[in-house]
Amino acid sequence: MYVAVKGGEAAIANAHRLLADRRRGDRSLPSITIEQVVEQLGLAVDRIMAEASVYDRSLAALAVRQARGDMIEAIFILRAYRTTLPRFGYSEPIDTAGMLVERRVSATYKDLPGGQLLGPTFDYTHRLLDPSLIGDEPVAAPAMKEPGEQAMRVSDILDGEGLIEGDGQMPGGHVAGDLTREPMEFPMPRDLRLQALARGDEGFLLALAYSTQRGYGRTHPFVGEVRIGEVEVELDLPELGFAVSLGTIRVTECQMVNQFKGSAKQPPQFTRGYGLVFGQSERKAMSMSLVDRALRTDEFSEDIVAPAQDQEFVISHADNVQATGFVEHLKLPHYVDFQAELDLVRRMRRDHEAARAGQANGMKEAAE
Amino acid sequence: MNDLATYNFAYLDEQTKRMIRRAILKAIAIPGYQVPFASREMPMPYGWGTGGVQVTASILGPDDVLKVIDQGADDTTNAVSIRAFFQKVANVAVTTKTVEATIIQTRHRIPEEPLKEGQTLVYQVPIPEPLRFLEPRETETRKMHALEEYGLMHVKLYEDISRNGHIATTYAYPVKVEGRYVMDPSPTPKFDNPKMHMSEALQLFGAGREKRIYAVPPFTEVVSLDFEDHPFEIQTFEKPCALCGAENVYLDEVVLDDRGGRMFVCSDTDHCEDRRAHGHAGSMLASTQHQRKEPAE
Repeated sequence: MYVAVKGGEAAIANAHRLLADRRRGDRSLPSITIEQVVEQLGLAVDRIMAEASVYDRSLAALAVRQARGDMIEAIFILRAYRTTLPRFGYSEPIDTAGMLVERRVSATYKDLPGGQLLGPTFDYTHRLLDPSLIGDEPVAAPAMKEPGEQAMRVSDILDGEGLIEGDGQMPGGHVAGDLTREPMEFPMPRDLRLQALARGDEGFLLALAYSTQRGYGRTHPFVGEVRIGEVEVELDLPELGFAVSLGTIRVTECQMVNQFKGSAKQPPQFTRGYGLVFGQSERKAMSMSLVDRALRTDEFSEDIVAPAQDQEFVISHADNVQATGFVEHLKLPHYVDFQAELDLVRRMRRDHEAARAGQANGMKEAAE
Repeated sequence: MNDLATYNFAYLDEQTKRMIRRAILKAIAIPGYQVPFASREMPMPYGWGTGGVQVTASILGPDDVLKVIDQGADDTTNAVSIRAFFQKVANVAVTTKTVEATIIQTRHRIPEEPLKEGQTLVYQVPIPEPLRFLEPRETETRKMHALEEYGLMHVKLYEDISRNGHIATTYAYPVKVEGRYVMDPSPTPKFDNPKMHMSEALQLFGAGREKRIYAVPPFTEVVSLDFEDHPFEIQTFEKPCALCGAENVYLDEVVLDDRGGRMFVCSDTDHCEDRRAHGHAGSMLASTQHQRKEPAE
């Protein structure tokens, strides 16, 4: 019997109803609250905020709960909300030197002003499953100094001696680009590249960064500094004539120090790779800074020999919402095109058989 | 957090619509040229019609009548989903009848019924660049278009002929628009290419993920690339539609059983239903109607 394999509105509605059921799971267990997700799965929330480019913990938590814990789906949901919001201005550049640091480590100096501050890190934890976490054992209050302190940036220490290139200046009157509002164009300036990397897929950037360490576009990196903490966001209001504070956000910044030989015009100087992401994610900030440096080939007249150095390749494929959409669209019906291919393959097979039969006949005739 | 669900008519805000309309106007002014536009993140996945949805959202008015098809059919899941989206965010009238629609959003097909002046066909485009699989770099392909350097495409088609005896491209078959730009007709079967030529309707193409819009204005030359000694040919089917008996239409192959049974039916469901309503019948119409009754018996 001919059954059309086509779904109607009822099928879609039923699928969504089943999805809602699976999302909720066993009804005898309490539902997770948004507050619990924010408080106890904070790094998941941070990743969603970073890659969705929306700094809002509650919305990110709602998104991940709605997405049943699927990070890319959660990022997608939050981005689709973001895109409907009006843009009412650009904040002033955040001042990470003024950050109230909770964590700050440098690999280039043993000790430095402000000190090394480990903060809430997984580093040096032994990755042993902890049975005490199955229950809800009391957790001791943290031992901390005054909450947050400022520390000078390592890049400023190097800069003071002229050993590292400057922080980079955009030409006067330059308005920071926004690739969520303007079409992409290549070659892409660094501000837009950094935006693309900041919202790029953590896993993709991690793999690219790793590839530079294994020789595919090596940059001789040192972690000048990784810092995590709260920074103030200020908006300049022309009506008032001064900047007002909108509040603070938590960010992770990585300044990667890379080797550079110098040129006839310039004495040898270290170069920089820069990473900055919402929330706490050293993996992402460090990966970003390695890829940022690898992509700066035009500034240092480096040959593009590796994937991580190729901006069109990196930027075009870093966005996981785009990538997942296009990969997964293959499950949509394609039977019209497939029919065209079927028709062609059948025709080619007929031609092939006919040619072989013709050859066989020819040989037979020749033999006779 | 509680006032999330306030969206503008047809979802996009008016500024965004203006930006997209400007891109559309530019695209109409330069037929076949891919205009970059600031594609928005839509509430459906990239690759699922976000470009077409943005174009439709930007041109849709309250008096429009919308038809959405996927694979030629109005009842495929993604077509149902997109139609439901516009009903929800624009409360627009919808139809499955090609002749009644003012805007038709499509994926992979052009309706069999010739389109008329005043109608707009909006294509969902996955990869707008016809040269993409010959040259992956956008920086290069834009240069090639600017210089009208299409030799690579002809070499590709020639290699097809030398290898297979004929051009082995069956869908997304490249066309030249108004004698200038080589254009990807979106992954429609090449069967539909001739319908684009001198069409009375406006044809708009939206690629959301790739952030490109292009257009073929009404009464524009659209020529499928070929060679004098290997002229362009469309697919032909040996039998007419098994349900409505239509000939010279594009057919879907439906597998009937596990013993090699097949039937071929119109891919354009509206066309097929319309013909049946007018008394046309294919060879298997009676038997399928009979079989459909069986469960009740």
